[in-house]
Amino acid sequence: MTAVPSPRAADASPPLIEVNGLVCHYPVRGGLLRRQVGAIQAVSDVSFSVRRGEALGIVGESGCGKSSLLNALLRLVPATGGSFLYEGSDVLKMNARELRRWRQDVQLVFQNPFASLDPRMTVHEIVEEPLRIAGLFPRAAERHERVLAMLDKVGLDPQHGERYPHQLSGGQRQRVGIARSLILEPKVLFLDEPVSALDVSVQAQVLNLLGELRRDLGLTFVFIGHDLSVVRYVSDRIAVMYLGRIVEMGPRDAIFSQPRHPYTMALISAIPQARARQAARQRQGITLQGDPPNPADPPSGCHFRTRCWKATDLCARVSPELTSGGDADMHFAACHHPEPAPQGVEIGLPPGRSRAAPELRERQ
Amino acid sequence: MTDLLQATPRAAKDGVEPRRRNRSLTGEALALLGRSPLVWVALVVLAILAAMAIAPGLFTNVDPQRCILLNSRKPPAYGSWFGFDIQGCDVFARTVYGARASLAVALLATLGSTLIGGALGLVAGFNGGIIDAVISRVTDVVLGLPTLLGAIVILATLGNTGGGVLRLALVLSLLGWATEARLMRASVLQIRNAEYVRAARVAGASSLWIALRHVLPNAVAPLLVLATLSLGSYVGTEATLSYLGLGLQPPTISWGTAISDAQPYLASAPHMLMFPSLVLTVTVLALVMLGEAVRRAFDPRSR
Amino acid sequence: MIGFKTTSGGEPLLEVEALSVALGRGAGAIPIVADLSFQVRPGEVVAVIGESGAGKSMSALAIMDILPPTAGVTGGSIRFMGEDLLTMPAQRRRMLRGSRMAMVHQDAPTALNPVYSIGWQIAEMFRVHRGATAADARREAIALMKKVGLPNAEERAGAYPHQFSGGMRQRAMIAMAIALEPAFLIADEPTTALDVTVQRQILDLLVGLQQERGMGLLLITHDFGVVAEVADRVIVLYAGRVVETGTPDAILTNPAHPYARALAACVPHLDSSVETLPSIPGMSASLATAGPGCAFAPRCPLRRPICLETRPALREIAPGRRAACHFSEEVLADDSRAVA
Repeated sequence: MTAVPSPRAADASPPLIEVNGLVCHYPVRGGLLRRQVGAIQAVSDVSFSVRRGEALGIVGESGCGKSSLLNALLRLVPATGGSFLYEGSDVLKMNARELRRWRQDVQLVFQNPFASLDPRMTVHEIVEEPLRIAGLFPRAAERHERVLAMLDKVGLDPQHGERYPHQLSGGQRQRVGIARSLILEPKVLFLDEPVSALDVSVQAQVLNLLGELRRDLGLTFVFIGHDLSVVRYVSDRIAVMYLGRIVEMGPRDAIFSQPRHPYTMALISAIPQARARQAARQRQGITLQGDPPNPADPPSGCHFRTRCWKATDLCARVSPELTSGGDADMHFAACHHPEPAPQGVEIGLPPGRSRAAPELRERQ
Repeated sequence: MTDLLQATPRAAKDGVEPRRRNRSLTGEALALLGRSPLVWVALVVLAILAAMAIAPGLFTNVDPQRCILLNSRKPPAYGSWFGFDIQGCDVFARTVYGARASLAVALLATLGSTLIGGALGLVAGFNGGIIDAVISRVTDVVLGLPTLLGAIVILATLGNTGGGVLRLALVLSLLGWATEARLMRASVLQIRNAEYVRAARVAGASSLWIALRHVLPNAVAPLLVLATLSLGSYVGTEATLSYLGLGLQPPTISWGTAISDAQPYLASAPHMLMFPSLVLTVTVLALVMLGEAVRRAFDPRSR
Repeated sequence: MIGFKTTSGGEPLLEVEALSVALGRGAGAIPIVADLSFQVRPGEVVAVIGESGAGKSMSALAIMDILPPTAGVTGGSIRFMGEDLLTMPAQRRRMLRGSRMAMVHQDAPTALNPVYSIGWQIAEMFRVHRGATAADARREAIALMKKVGLPNAEERAGAYPHQFSGGMRQRAMIAMAIALEPAFLIADEPTTALDVTVQRQILDLLVGLQQERGMGLLLITHDFGVVAEVADRVIVLYAGRVVETGTPDAILTNPAHPYARALAACVPHLDSSVETLPSIPGMSASLATAGPGCAFAPRCPLRRPICLETRPALREIAPGRRAACHFSEEVLADDSRAVA
């Protein structure tokens, strides 16, 4: 597959991040000699690009490969194939020294602020550590100053620096995690479900903080999540993953107002919305049947066809490519029967919906 | 809605209250220890024993080596609280002076086995692969050897070549490190996969940095607990070996040698056996009590 | 999809009166839940919503008498079908549990026993409580697995929990909970650990069964979306106390307590396009750290001196609605801030 162009074809500047045909397989070993007996295709042929200053949201359910994608991009697990160009050089081919240099540019915010902070270090030590690892600012006083400035930036007090992680609330811990990832002044922040472990009221605080930091520091975000409403809030552009592949990608509002892939439609429809019952009832829900298939043994053709109400013989035979509606259209879907359906073609209807109600979501 | 629900990144600051001191996990465990009266009893007992080992002169001005045969097997009386042994030596003085050798063997053996076991466990757990496989198999073999039997065989083979405390401690360390190694390896394996280790990797930290700064400090707590518990058992092992005539040899004074000397006269002079045994039992009990309390303090599930 | 249902009248199934729960005993006890009162009638879905530490799970565990050993009920009463659960003999209470009242937990690796097959664990319910023969129990278990939508029930009955996906494990847990046709079911965050597309299936299953059998359902959740779709009545907990009760429509469209309003507003909506999400400053309080006044006062934008001094009583502010705020009328009257 060729690289998917960045959203604005007119934009002359090359993308900051360009992922081409990334593949990540985990070997399945078995038997007495631990021979490889198969492979879990965690990520198969994923391509996308992110422009400087843009926020790309990658959304999908557990097992869709979003975490493996992240680990492969950060070189925490080896990728099986493909390339990851960062400012033009391939990260997957970097040697240890280049990699160390690159890591100062790209940082990760972890999902679970209860597990990602070393319980035996103070907040100050945790935030300071990347500076010491990178060997920046050899004078302790200088480092101390930067740590205090960073704590202030994420909304923590200097006295929080003396605390240990277990003495902080979930929201405060995630602020510590964010401070740590920003201390090296990176250009790109990978965010791995950074608010999914937090209470809703705290979740909003942290999302606001992230938005503010992104604006102030001109950061590029790659935000991974399972909660569509959270991902939507953070992202300019969204990629939807299902069983190791991107099934739909496009500008945020296009994804939500006119989803083309049946899986995206189901995903949007499945989110319980906190609004009055009348509205909730009118919303025509799509309830998918069954569970996602085993990634070690994915279905032939389109991976989603086993749960799709539109599936035909074609879907079982040919794996659909990510295609857009036209040259200027930056909204891609990998489906043989994308919405809106071409005139005169009869295909199955989503469960719980009638022809008379074609809008997925009624607008308020 | 705007004034009702302000969105401010400074929000988290509201959570700052001038509250308790900032304690690390270890600090909290120690504070928890301090609250148990049993721990204080054990600590007082151990402090007295430590004082005996360091400065026995504080407890008695009788020379344990100055024995008057005339006093042989005399029962306890005023001025000689524990009576006299077969050689006519003061049992109280010998018990006081015996603390040094007994505790030194236990302390050194614990130190040795913890260092050997801890290092091997860290290397095995952190590196994995072939190194782990080799270390783990050796650990299994050593673990399969009964410590006491192994010590008897080795000490009997070495014969009476001197070296006393150091030699005994070394033999016990070489036989006893396997449990420590296995424990260390297990906790390292767990911590190696912790999210904060992954976080350090993302920050570009080297393996050595991660092993020393993240894995070791977090893995060492269970090892400390085991060390406290094994102190008690090494005191007992020393006594056993010395009783069998294989551990410390006279003229070195230890509780084990005292018990060994007293055994033939159990019927006629029970005080000779009773007092060293009593002190030995109290010591082991205090160490086990402390070890148990340390274990509970460091176990997050008990909080 | 979930249809409308009307609250059936008659005797309440479950009546909780002034329930208090604390961790530890004696003077050092840490209060977790205080003065919790509510009723669940047959065929009714009552949702308890709150953030972590609000005491919602502890209340459920207290009702089921499966509190952890360090916690205990320190006051109040729990009546189930007219009988006082707290004073009845342990033997009788154990009998009620499982047969007349049951619980579905959050999907956790520990919720099902890993060494027994799913079919065996469901069949166990019939053997233990009904003394059924192994063959009968197995037949019933397979019928039940079909009922909760587990595919190939005959084959899958022999499968072990680790061979099931999260959604299927949750279906198996629901099967165990409804095996003896209980009159009352507690579901503690039943869909929190599941993916959204699976969450919808499980919610539909739970509510479908609840309606079919006319069970009373106590749903514990932190998700206002779930509440809006399935609950007949909502109880909002904050720091161990009830701050508002009413219908989901009333609480979502026009909350009477500032906390309920803020909580509903914090959730990012699919169709809102705000630059900054509304959020609640500060962190959640707990019953133990709350002062003499209203526990929410330190985070409340409407706070006045009285809020920090006097705890507002839970009072009726409209028919079927109660709120614990000194200024509920003010919150209600302010239409401009309504959360849609």
